[in-house]
Amino acid sequence: MTEMTYAQAARLGLKEELERDPTVWALGEDLGFEGGMAGQYKDLQAEYGADRIVDTPISEATIMGAAIGAALAGTRPIAELRFSDFAMCAVDELVNQAAKARYMFGGQARVPMVARMPIGIRGGIAAQHSQSPEAWYAHVPGLVVVTPATPSDNRGLLKAAIRCDDPVVYMEHKGLWGSVGEVNENDVEPLTLGKARIVKEGSDLTIVTWAGMVSVVEKAAITLSEEGVSTEVIDLRTLWPWDREAVFSSVIKTGRMMVVHEAVQVGGFGGEISSEVTEHLFDNLKGPVKRMGGARIPIPFSIPLEESYMISQEQVIAKARSFF
Amino acid sequence: MAQDQANEPERVFNMYKKMLLIRAFEEAAGENFHAGNVRGSVHQYIGEEAIAVGICANLRKEDLLTSYHRGHGHSIAKGADPRAMMLELFGRVGGTSGGKGGSMHIADFSVGMLGANGVIADGCTISVGAAQAIKLLKQDKIVVNFIGDGGINRGPFMEALNWAKIYNLPVLFVCENNQIAATTTTKTVTAGEGIAARAESYGIPAITIDGNDLLLVDNTSARIIDEIRSGSGPQLIQAMTYRLRGHFAHDKALYRIPGEAEAALEFEPVRRTESWLITQGISEEELANARDEAEQTISQYVVDAHAAPWPDIADAFTDVQDVGAPQVGVNS
Repeated sequence: MTEMTYAQAARLGLKEELERDPTVWALGEDLGFEGGMAGQYKDLQAEYGADRIVDTPISEATIMGAAIGAALAGTRPIAELRFSDFAMCAVDELVNQAAKARYMFGGQARVPMVARMPIGIRGGIAAQHSQSPEAWYAHVPGLVVVTPATPSDNRGLLKAAIRCDDPVVYMEHKGLWGSVGEVNENDVEPLTLGKARIVKEGSDLTIVTWAGMVSVVEKAAITLSEEGVSTEVIDLRTLWPWDREAVFSSVIKTGRMMVVHEAVQVGGFGGEISSEVTEHLFDNLKGPVKRMGGARIPIPFSIPLEESYMISQEQVIAKARSFF
Repeated sequence: MAQDQANEPERVFNMYKKMLLIRAFEEAAGENFHAGNVRGSVHQYIGEEAIAVGICANLRKEDLLTSYHRGHGHSIAKGADPRAMMLELFGRVGGTSGGKGGSMHIADFSVGMLGANGVIADGCTISVGAAQAIKLLKQDKIVVNFIGDGGINRGPFMEALNWAKIYNLPVLFVCENNQIAATTTTKTVTAGEGIAARAESYGIPAITIDGNDLLLVDNTSARIIDEIRSGSGPQLIQAMTYRLRGHFAHDKALYRIPGEAEAALEFEPVRRTESWLITQGISEEELANARDEAEQTISQYVVDAHAAPWPDIADAFTDVQDVGAPQVGVNS
């Protein structure tokens, strides 16, 4: 096992795929000299050349559109959009072209590309650099949506996304870039998309979460378990497909569920999970399914205002206690 | 017709037959739209056939092509099977997309036709990416991106021009300038000197030609495509033309100046090519036979389309995605 950051683990996964498959390449702004916003492309251009780690103009629509064209023409591009907020300049390409090409051309086409667009609050980058729009893409047929929460997952899921024949929206959480975790460098296999990770087992309450909220919920669950509320934590890892089996079997065991995500609660993906569990497991539930998401406000700048948006460990604990 | 061309009558006659096939296809598409057999939207290429045929006569099967909503002509010219296309318009099994795409999503990847497109100018960014893949894979191919004059005011067009130039990509942009974007006269909504000037401002060589002159399109694209294959980087052809029909089949084109469309018939490409062929010793009878043959061929495809089965409901659920694929009849 090696300790590395979330960003370093992503770089390792990418490097392994660049090494393994000569049709894998990446395009985006500031990948060469800067090495990506968090060093997730550091030195890869020097090693693999400017044709495979491509510095692009600030042209998000074409970063996405070119990746689609390159995927249709037989390569496996990674379109780096830097911020999911900036990727909104390329939603048309992603939603109208990448997600639909295979279908509307009757199966003639595949679009094996990764649209890499980090989400979440990193601290002080305010309304246009902090959003979490993962539910938007889970809503779009044709797309796979991945939200890694740990360094090890950010390597294994990125590798899986690169090898996937479907277009994958890959949403790293910016607040996690510097987080450290154990990575088994000898295990070079990709993870399976659509398989959740049981972060912590428990028998009284299931908390489903992903991305930046996983570590917050995990800490809350430890406190809750010490208090006698045995709390199971599920990191979904991928929102589409989401691991119904893992969630359902946990809820059948615990009879209580809440979903926690940083994204705005209204219309968030927590609503989908809550609704499915309520519809299919109503008789197993000992109380209503609960949701915790962000307020329906833009992400504010000032420290106390930004903190007021974020979900804290204490808030998770308080909400969990309200079940009992 | 161009004075300096050296085309062989046989080559031109073959291109002429391709134009007739496109025209017959488009006439049939329109008729069947009005008869209720073809749903949605049909954007006919009638009057613009010389551009697709003249350009594609200089492409190889492995070269790639992207198109826009008026894509039937580009597809047939690139070698797509018009029978499968007609079945697609009818939404039947055996259509190019198995009935899942229709007119605006005609594609035939087996001949490098990467798709018509329902979103204006999105083919531009797809094209430059396909060209990047060609470079990365060290293939000997080029990409042709067809775009209408309405598309030049979208950002992706301008981004793609810049992109093609900075990476020196093997892309030929072809703007089919029929001078009207849906119902709006393009020049009333376009600043500056227009498309060729925009390309030149990026350092991309651009030429404006009479797109209804088949021989001129053929000769010009032969030279330019050869240059692109030799590494010239992107180039642009602005082919001036005139759309003889409405924006789509149910558009009566009432925004036209009275008499304009009738006057344009004198310059339309099929008649002009016929006039040239006659000067080369092709007889009226041979031309009439070619017209009959094209019309009969397409008529048979219409018969075939009527007879072809509808897709199975389960087909609606296939080819969405491998990971997280939908199940038939399950909405969550």
